[in-house]
Order: sequence, then structure tokens, then C-alpha cells
Amino acid sequence: MSYRIPGRGRIDRAQPIRFTFDGHDVEGFRGDTVASALLAQGNHLMGRSFKYHRPRGPVAAGSEEPNALIGTRRGKGQFEPNTRATMQELRKGLETTSQNKYPSLKFDVGAVNDAAYMLFSAGFYYKTFMWPRNFWHKVYEPFIRAAAGLGVSPTEEDPDVYASRNMHCDVLIVGAGPSGLAAARQAAGKGLKVVLVDEHSEAGGTLLSEPQAKIDGVAAWDWLSSTLAELEAAGVKVMTRTTAIGYYHENFIGMVERLTDHLDEVPQDTPRERMWRVRAKQVVLAQGALEKPLVFHGNDRPGVMLAGSAQTFLNRFGVLVGKRPVVLTSHDSAWYAAFDLAGAGAQVQAIVDTRAEVRADLLDQAKALNIPVKLSHTATATSGRLRVSSLRVNKVSGSTVSAGSEIKCDAVLMSGGWTPSLHLFSHTKGKLAWDDDLTTFLPSDTPEDCVIAGAGRGLWGIEAALADGAAQAQAALDALGQAGDAASYAVDEDRPGTGVMHKELPTDKQPGRAKAFVDYQNDVTAKDLRLAVKEGMRSIEHVKRYTTNGMATDQGKMSNINGLNIAADALGKKQPQVGLTTFRPPYTPTTFGAFAGYHRGSHFEVTRKTQIDAWAEENGAVYEPVGQWRRARYFPKSGEDMDAAVKRECAATRSSVGIFDASTLGKIEVVGPDAAEFVNRMYTNPFLKLAPGKCRYGLLCGDDGFIRDDGVIGRISDDRFHVTTTTGGAARVLNMMEDYLQTEWPDLDVWLTSVTEQWSTIALNGPNAAKLLQPLVPDLVLTEENFPHMSCAEVDVAGIPARLWRVSFTGEIGFEVNVPAPLGRQLWETLWEAGQQYDICAYGTETMHVLRAEKGYIIVGQDTDGTVTPFDAGMGWAVGKKKADFVGMRGMARPDLVAKGRRQLVGLLTEDGSKLEEGAQIVLDPNQPIPMKMVGFVTSSYDQGTVGQPIALALVEGGQDRMGETVYIPMPDRTIAAKIVSTIFVDPENNRLKIGAAA
Amino acid sequence: MTRFNAFALLKNALNGHKGWTEQWPDSQPKKEYDVIIVGAGGHGLGAAYYLAKQHGITNVAVIDKGWLGGGNTGRNTTIIRSNYLYDESARLFDHAVDLWENLSQELNYNVMYSRRGVLMLAHNVHDVQSFTRHIHANRLNGVDNRWLTPQECKDYCPPLNISANARYPVMGGALQERAGTARHDAVAWGYARGAAERGVDIIQNCAVTAIRRNADGSVAGVETAKGFIKAKKVAVSAAGHTSTVMQTADVRLPLESYPLQALVSEPVKPIFPCVVMSNAVHAYISQSDKGELVIGSGTDQYTSYSQRGGLPLIEHTVAAITEVFPIFNRMRMLRKWGGIVDVTPDRSAIISKTPVQGLYVNCGWGTGGFKATPGAAHTFAWTVAKDEPHPINAPFTMERFRTGRLIDEAAAAAVAH
Repeated sequence: MSYRIPGRGRIDRAQPIRFTFDGHDVEGFRGDTVASALLAQGNHLMGRSFKYHRPRGPVAAGSEEPNALIGTRRGKGQFEPNTRATMQELRKGLETTSQNKYPSLKFDVGAVNDAAYMLFSAGFYYKTFMWPRNFWHKVYEPFIRAAAGLGVSPTEEDPDVYASRNMHCDVLIVGAGPSGLAAARQAAGKGLKVVLVDEHSEAGGTLLSEPQAKIDGVAAWDWLSSTLAELEAAGVKVMTRTTAIGYYHENFIGMVERLTDHLDEVPQDTPRERMWRVRAKQVVLAQGALEKPLVFHGNDRPGVMLAGSAQTFLNRFGVLVGKRPVVLTSHDSAWYAAFDLAGAGAQVQAIVDTRAEVRADLLDQAKALNIPVKLSHTATATSGRLRVSSLRVNKVSGSTVSAGSEIKCDAVLMSGGWTPSLHLFSHTKGKLAWDDDLTTFLPSDTPEDCVIAGAGRGLWGIEAALADGAAQAQAALDALGQAGDAASYAVDEDRPGTGVMHKELPTDKQPGRAKAFVDYQNDVTAKDLRLAVKEGMRSIEHVKRYTTNGMATDQGKMSNINGLNIAADALGKKQPQVGLTTFRPPYTPTTFGAFAGYHRGSHFEVTRKTQIDAWAEENGAVYEPVGQWRRARYFPKSGEDMDAAVKRECAATRSSVGIFDASTLGKIEVVGPDAAEFVNRMYTNPFLKLAPGKCRYGLLCGDDGFIRDDGVIGRISDDRFHVTTTTGGAARVLNMMEDYLQTEWPDLDVWLTSVTEQWSTIALNGPNAAKLLQPLVPDLVLTEENFPHMSCAEVDVAGIPARLWRVSFTGEIGFEVNVPAPLGRQLWETLWEAGQQYDICAYGTETMHVLRAEKGYIIVGQDTDGTVTPFDAGMGWAVGKKKADFVGMRGMARPDLVAKGRRQLVGLLTEDGSKLEEGAQIVLDPNQPIPMKMVGFVTSSYDQGTVGQPIALALVEGGQDRMGETVYIPMPDRTIAAKIVSTIFVDPENNRLKIGAAA
Repeated sequence: MTRFNAFALLKNALNGHKGWTEQWPDSQPKKEYDVIIVGAGGHGLGAAYYLAKQHGITNVAVIDKGWLGGGNTGRNTTIIRSNYLYDESARLFDHAVDLWENLSQELNYNVMYSRRGVLMLAHNVHDVQSFTRHIHANRLNGVDNRWLTPQECKDYCPPLNISANARYPVMGGALQERAGTARHDAVAWGYARGAAERGVDIIQNCAVTAIRRNADGSVAGVETAKGFIKAKKVAVSAAGHTSTVMQTADVRLPLESYPLQALVSEPVKPIFPCVVMSNAVHAYISQSDKGELVIGSGTDQYTSYSQRGGLPLIEHTVAAITEVFPIFNRMRMLRKWGGIVDVTPDRSAIISKTPVQGLYVNCGWGTGGFKATPGAAHTFAWTVAKDEPHPINAPFTMERFRTGRLIDEAAAAAVAH
């Protein structure tokens, strides 16, 4: 049986579209939503509720729909749960499924919960399931979890792509109903960038549901199309299927545009959704108002829906939601729904109004259409299992509810009046003011540059909305210096109305047992709200959290105001004394993918690669992530594992020469007349007297006196330093430097520039390093006398202008060649070629770690952890004793930082020659019970090096005074004994650093 | 006060729920209290509960500028764990977990402590080293924590992506099985009900504007929106606003306040069995009993008292979640919100006496205060009642920032709490 009315609606009857619902084929038309297509088949049953599994159909026609939630699927990986059937447009091949039911939507065993309705009252789970003690996690919770939830999660990876864009505009108008359109017309043609957005598939808002209206003599839909054409011609950007989800600081609006969910076929590379980040000079919120349900026993049966939504289904989609509807209302607007449906051939059974008096013209029109009218009536029940079949209504006089009578029907169209949609306004921390006449909250002050127009300000009717849209937009334009007069509009067949507000409707039954739903999806009834208040929940936030009212996927769009009215009544307070809960972004549920945008997979974060990375890849490097960088960890030859490769790399470097890509090191150029003073204050070491052409190892502490970073600093000239940092610390160190420069020492004349990516840095280490390099550096004699350890020079290397450093992180003769980044690979290959006669070996970070540990050089972040002072690390030599000040000087003088017994860095050699595990804890007495007194831990441990046995570094309490003592490392299976030794395992005399000695 | 149990629930189901009484009365301030607690979050209400229950101090008021449990107690992602590195933290948080395990029975209020396990993912060599250090230290401290291989991580949490091709592949994880979640509101309500039952006044919507001191410097009471209230002792437990309250008593605290955001998805059937934290990519996630994915973000970069929070951080957080759990890309965000957290220089809390006689403070919990709730409340009550710290909170002094005896969990592990 079809409920489609010929000649009505905006669907394209030339384009039938088939889709499936729970496996059954359904036909609708282009322009339909899943809800309108199913309703056109007479099918109201679309879902089951959260707690009681009650059968449910759509109660609304838009994004506020709480009941008709379905799973939607296009293809593999393209499934999403909890889609609102009222918003999902039909597309060919769309697969939809109902949710939260077993085994079927029509017969759901979960509905036994409904029978136990009184047991599952508000907060019941706080009051039970406490015994036996361990049953919650094992028994009760899994049971409750399985019963809760709505749809099922996707289980496959999403093949679709998502996008994001930034946009700046002068005026952003949210909502393309009459007031939004009037606002856009007002702002258009003035040379401003104007953007008009609407969440629906087409602009028009209320106009789509009220074709009878005539605006300035033009039929509503004609006026709509000409207005849209006019706006387009004037350069206004009109965006449909675009939801403004959140209003952030300084007029920053997040918007999500849905690009493909309505398309039969998705064009290649089209993103599914796009996040727009909009910065608008002025914002006009024209989001209209939401219709309120009436709260009465059985108000949730499929077929019971909002009167305005029934009007929308008829006028926009050509669907009659019932052939024998009854209208139940406390507001004039629902009378028009009755008239519209009657005009489309429905047998309206009655208009039941709670009010004693109603406008004469409405009564006349009802009479003319032969619709029975019952004033001063309440509704006390509905019947029907999967679809409403009757409504029980009772006369009310004063506080007396008379005996009821049944009205047979196939739909109940209800209206409790309208409430402004102020979600985005609330995101701005805008204040709400209660209006006693309209019995609703209206917008008051906001800190943002924003105006509200139309029904959002409690103005009902199209003429008022148009006029206010123009006026409010003009107010926004005034603020932009575009003075002018607001356009005026005349509307015929307008339908402004008034009404009264209700808490739950009066009943002749026990109100405490009524199933009068306030939050449909979460199954919160008026009884639950009153119970919450009775139990001491006085704040509306407590009521919300205790009952879950307003926490469903409609985020209170249907339930907040009715919930407030009932809670206020139970508390004996007025609504403004109780207040609303805070509206949170997003306005409607928003796809995760839209937030993530491009940041997925390999684009989640950039992978930083050096100029030499490609060479490493070609030569079989295995990588490790270090911050955002990927670094070559080792270069295995065929058949080698990491240990074997690292052993070979270590030996080759110590015996001849190794080459290492150090380009990831952070580099900061410190320049200016006060550069030396600045570096001297930042680092613990003295830098004022460092001569140009020299470098010095620098330790950086926080103001707490603990080591934060380290690196070699070269003085290029009097006013120029080349500072290196750790790979992971580069950004942190620059931030810290800027922080000090800008807030503590603004008087210093210094510029800081990150040059990490401007230099490629290649380290050559080993006894043959100088011999290899010398022929390529004709302008500089690389002898111990002429270019000693810790020198630096600006000189050509292999014909490339370079900053050449004589430094070592291995204990061998070492050079670091810094060249302009793009020439890094060229230099690397030149050195590689030149090194062939020395069997040059490329090594990775792992070998670097081993070689430096053998020499007792620390890695900040591995051998230190933010609790280690320079003295703890055995690097007191790096702290300038005569310096007037440096960052961390006072911090490291604090009593506990100079006390005995601090953890100090030492070397460890195990007695049985086994390798220790990094992170293993150290104790003095291995036989003590748990919890054990731990005196330290292993920071670094290697067995691939050149010492002949595994070595380790460790932080141990009073370690520097325990040389030669034995400590213990209790492992799960055994305890390892180790001897405390010096941190320097190789060449304590530094002979290998000297060119002469090595040569 | 009606006892909560299945029988009472059944009885009330049959009589139309007539038998339930209010869980705590709406108290108006008296002229004077033995102890005033500023801040009616889980920590403050819990302290009141333990003062009354364990120390017999019942002339107590808990005062809040808003509704009880409306601060970080009601805004956090409810992760509970105790696998901390340092002895001091391990004792404090393990003490809390001991109390969590019996809290529903203790309070006769189901706080739904769910031992579903907390899995912390390692994405780089540094993470692996750090987690290994934690696991060894935890083992010798008697704290449950163990290492899982990537495949074991996947077995424990099936939605996890352990592909080697991920931008930050999972290299393993540290699992504390004893850890889990609890129902945050119920914790505040349970403590409030238990405290009120023992005579504590809970005074809501009454901002404390200043702490007053006597001529000898000792605490005199508090100025409030409802006038001056005298008190022998004042205990401040006001999270992000602690520093401003304490300033009125001339006590300067080393605290910075940051916005911290969180979000939930639409509810779905059970898909996510445990809690997963990934510090390297900044993703923290579990699934509530209602079915929502509960997701925590990192703090905003700048100090602020604004609870609005920005969009960019949320974009990053969601990207991190879908990076580690790609199957959630088509899930939808239902709601997001922010709170203000107070952070100390070493990222560990302060539960301490102050230089002002009779003034106590419990603050600096940063992003991790919920998990400590019972332990913090219990030791704070002890400190207030006896005017000396409990051995467990003795190291968590204000003094340590002067002496340098820090408990620097964040520095030690680069791990968010």
C-alpha cells in the first residue's frame, strides 16, 4: 500500500531508486531519505530503543531524529552504524539495517526489558550488582555492555578518503531557511565574502515544508529558486549537506561537508567528507527552532511523531505518514499539519488540543474540513504493538482528568510547541535568558561576533523570520562598516502561531507508572526524572547524568526542554533557576574520519627523511623512528641480524673508518651582537671566551637544574654560533630558547633560526678519518696542530662550501661535515668513493649508540631521564664554576640536588659476562622481600662492541663512590651480579682522538 | 538513608519507587565547622567521607562553586592504573587501586570498577626502554605490569592495528591487568551519600571567594557567596582553581592550569574490551558500559581557564585514534568537552600541609587525578585529621619543589598520567 501522494513533494519521480532495508528491496525516489521512502511504504517501524527495546519509528524528519537509526553500507569497509534514516538520502544500492534487535526488528527478545520497566528505573545500576564482590567485571558488566550500545561498530578499514580546508569569510550564515536566506540576500552584492550553509540536501528550511506561503506575491518554492539563483549570481557561496558542528574561540567555526554519501557512484578520489575550518568576521546563526514532543504514556509508539515533521514528509517528500491521523497539540502550528494532511486526502480523526481556547480561524478551518476538535483534552495512552492504532484522550477541567475515550488512528501528530535551536550559540558560552511569554530560552549575550536571527530568537512564522534575517544580517554588516537598511518582506498564507508549554501531560493513571518518554532513544521517562529529583539530584546536570536524559545521539535536541520542564516542576523551581545543561560540540554526530582528514596512514604525521636517506634505503638500511624522523638503525649485509651487523660496523669504525648520517641532529643558528652572552646563559658551560673556529660540547639544563639536552656548539664568528641539539630535542630546545629570549632576556640582541633542514651532516669516525678527508679539503691542513679536536672551520669539502667540525661521538678521530642540505648525498657518495681504499663502513644509530657508550658519552633521554643533574651524570666539568648565571644554576643548588646518595652514572660489568637488560632495576641486597629497595637501573647495555665483553651504563645511588662494588639485578628468572666500574670502557686517556697518535 | 541492594530495588519497583530517599540533603552552611573542604569533586567528597568514617570528624562541610562532581571528576576518561615508576607513586596509586577494588561495597554504591586491563603501547625504541624500566620496577615493587608482544597486544585488544606499515608501528605494550575504569559520577555521588549519611554538609553553588587567616597566621575560615564560615581547618581540593583559592591565603603554589579535552563516540555494541593508551601518538581510549568510545586528548599547549578547548587538538586526537584503530574511521563523535587541570613542575600531586597552620592542600593531579581518587581522599583525610601526612603521601609535599626532591614520573618516562 503506498502512502505516496501524487503531485506532492520535491522528489524526482522520474528517478526511482532501489535500496534494501534488513535485506528487503524497497523503492523510493531521488530526493527521498531512507525514512521518507520507508514511510511511503507505510512502514513506521525502523528501530528499537536503547534500554527497553521498544519498537520505534521516526519522530522527526531531520537531524534531531532519536529513534530511526540504522546501519548504512555501500561496500567493503563502508559501513557506519547509527545513521539517522531521516538524513540519509537514497542512493542506488544503499544497504540499510535496523539495529539493537534480536532476532528481528518485529520480534525482539530484548523487549522483555520493557516488561521489567519498573525495575530499570533511573540509576538502577548504581543500586545493585555489587555482590558477589568480583561479579561486576566478570558477570554483570559484560551482560550490561552487551545489552547496551545501539548499532555495531565497523570492523574493517575504511577505504574512503577525507579532506579538510581552511576558509576565511566576512559573513558566515548557518541555516538556509527563510531567515538565513534573507540574511544572505542582505549581505550579498556588497563585495563581501558571504557563505551560507545548511545541513540538509537542499536549502530552504521551513520553506520546503510550507509551499503554500507567498513571499512578496511569489510562491514559496519559486521564491526559493529565484533567491538561490540571485545569491549565486552575487557570489554567495551556498553549501548544502554541510553542518556547522562547533563554534570555537574568535569566530572560528568547524563545518563538515558530506560529499558522497548521497551519490550512486563515487567519482574517483572524491573525499567522502570535508572538514571546513572557517574564520568568519561575523556569524549569523539562523538555525531555526526544534519542535517539542508531548510527554504522555505511550508517546513513543511507531506512528507517533511531531506534527511539523509529518508536514515535512508530506510537502517535501510527498508522503502521508498516516491515512487516519489524530493531531495532539498545545500549539497552533500542529493545526496546519492537520489541514495539510487533510488536504492531501487523510481522514484526520481529530485535533486534540490541551488548550481551552484556540484561535477562531483555526476552529473555522477545522470545521470546514470536517475535522472533529477536542479542546481542554489530554492524552493518557496509546495502543498498538508495532504501530499506533489508537489514542486515548481525556477531558481536563482544572486538575480533574475525566474518563477517557479511544480515538482509532494510524498516526498521532503531536506538537508541544517550539524551542530555538541554540546549540552553536551555547558553544560560544553565550548566555540564555528565559522568556516567560514564549516559555522558552532565548539567546542573550555572547562574547563572539555573532547574531541570531529568526526562530532562534523565538520569532515564529515566515514573515517574521525573513524580516529578522535581514535585520540581524544588517546588524552584522553595520559592524563591518556596511551601513544600510534591512529589506522588508510581505508574506501571504503565513502561519505564525502561539501555544502553551507542558511538563508531562495530565493523566488519570498513576503518573509514577506511566511510560511517558522524554528522551526516546535512551528510554528516559518523566518518572525517571522525578525519581532523580526525589533522590536528591537538584542540579540539571545531576538529573541528566543520573537519568541519561539528553545524552543520546540527538544530544538532547528532543529531550532537554521537556526534561527541564519536568525537573523544574519536581524541584518546585522556575526553569531559569534550574537552567539547561551545556550544549557541546559537535552539533550532530560527526565522522571521525572528517576530523582526521588527511592525517591517515603514512600521512598521519610527516616522515622526515634526510637527503642521504635514499642512499641508505638503496643500501639495505633497517630504520627506526626517532621523533618524526626515520633513521638508519643498521646496514645488514646478507644473512646478518642486527647484532652481527652492529658488531661488524663497530669493529670497522674502530679499526679504520665509518661514515654516519648525522643530519637529523637539530641545528639552531644563534646570531647577533649578544649571541655569545645568550649561549653562555642558556648552557651550563662557559662560552664567552670560546674563540671563533672552536667548538665546545654544551649541556642544557632546565631551570630545575636537570639535564634537558646536549650538543656541540661551534663559534663561526664573533656574533654567530652553530648550535646542535639532539634529534628529538630540536623543537623543544628552540622553544625553550625563544621562551627565555622573549620573556627573560628581551634586552639581548639575538636572533634564533632553526636550520636543521638546511644542513646535511655527515660524520666520519675512525683512525683513518683524517687521511680519507684530507685530499678533499685542500684549503685546510688536518693535523693535530693545525686543526685539533674541537675545531671548526668554514672550508670547501670536495668542492662544496662546508662547515667542518673536528668532533667525535665515538672516541675515534672524528669529523662532522655540514654542507647545504641538497648537496648531502653528493658529498656522501664522494666520501664513500674516497673511503673505499680504507674499507669505509656505513653505520647506523645502533652502532653509534654502542661506540659512544664504550667511551662513556651519554645520550640525553636514555642515560638521563629528566632527574639527572650534570654532576649526577659525571659531567660536573661541563658546568662553568665561575659563571654569573645560567639556566638551571639555582635549581641545581637545591638541597636535594647536592645531597649525598643521588643516583649517579656509572659503568657496569656483569660477573658472568651476560648482557643486562636496559631498564633492569638494581638492588644492593638481592635477598630482600618485595617491595625491594631499588638503588638504580640500567640505562644502556650492549654486547656488540669492541670491549670484549658486554658493557652497561647505569644510574646508581652514590654510584661514583661505589667503584668496584658488586650490585645485583634481580630478573624474573635469576639474579645477575655486576661490578660498578668507570663509564669509560675505551681509551680513557683520549689517545685515539689525536691525529698524530692514530697516524 | 535507604540501603541499596537488589531487594530494595525490587521492592521499589513494585511500589512505584516510593521508598527511595534523597542521597544527600541540600545543606545550607552553618556558622562554623571543624573542617571545611573546598571543592566537591571525588577527592574532596572522599576526604569528607574518610574524615567522618575513619577519624570521627563529622562537623565537616564540603563547599563547591557549582554542582558536586561537576569538575574534573565528571569530565575525565576514568582510566585507573597504578603501574607507576617511582616507589612513591607506585605506593600511592596502588593504595588507590586497593581501595577501588572494594569501593562499591564500601560505599554501598555501585561505582562499576571494571578490571578490564590497561594496555600502554610502545611505538619506538625509547618507549620500549621506558616500558621495560617500568615493568622491572613494578615487579620489584609488587605492582602488576607485564610486557606483551605486538601479537599479544592484538589478541588482548582486537581492534588494534599492529601492521608493520603503520606510520608508528606497535613494537609491544605494557599491560596492567588489575587496572581499568570506573563510573566517574557514581564515585562522586557514592562518596557524597556516604559522607552526608555521616553528618557532613554538602554545600553546592556557593563559591569560596577567599580563605581568611587569624592574626597569628592560622586559618580562620572561608569567605563564600553565602557569607563567612568559620573553620578550625580548611582543606583545599579544587583542581584547576586551587592556585587561585590558595593565593587568597598567601600560599603560592607551583601550579599551571591547562585545558584538557575529551570526547565520546556514538554508542555501539561491545567492540573494545580494555583501555589502551598510546603516549607516542597521544591516543587514550576505552569503551563505556553504555557503548560509547571514550577518548582522551592531551592538554592544550597554553595555560588557560577556558573550558571550550580548540578544534585542532581534537583533530589530532581523533587522527591518532584512527591511526591506531583504523576500523573506527567511520564511527562518529557524539560529544566533546574540556576541563581545567592543574599541573606541577614534576607532574606529581601535592597532598600536604601548608605553611599556614590549619590549611591543607590536595592538588596538582594534572591529567591523572581520577585514578587516585580513593587513595588521595583517604590520605588527605588522614593528613587533615592528624595534622601530619600518612606515610603514603608524606613524599608528596609542597616542600619538594624547594629541596628538589621531586617525584618526576613524566620526566622519567615521558608518559602522560
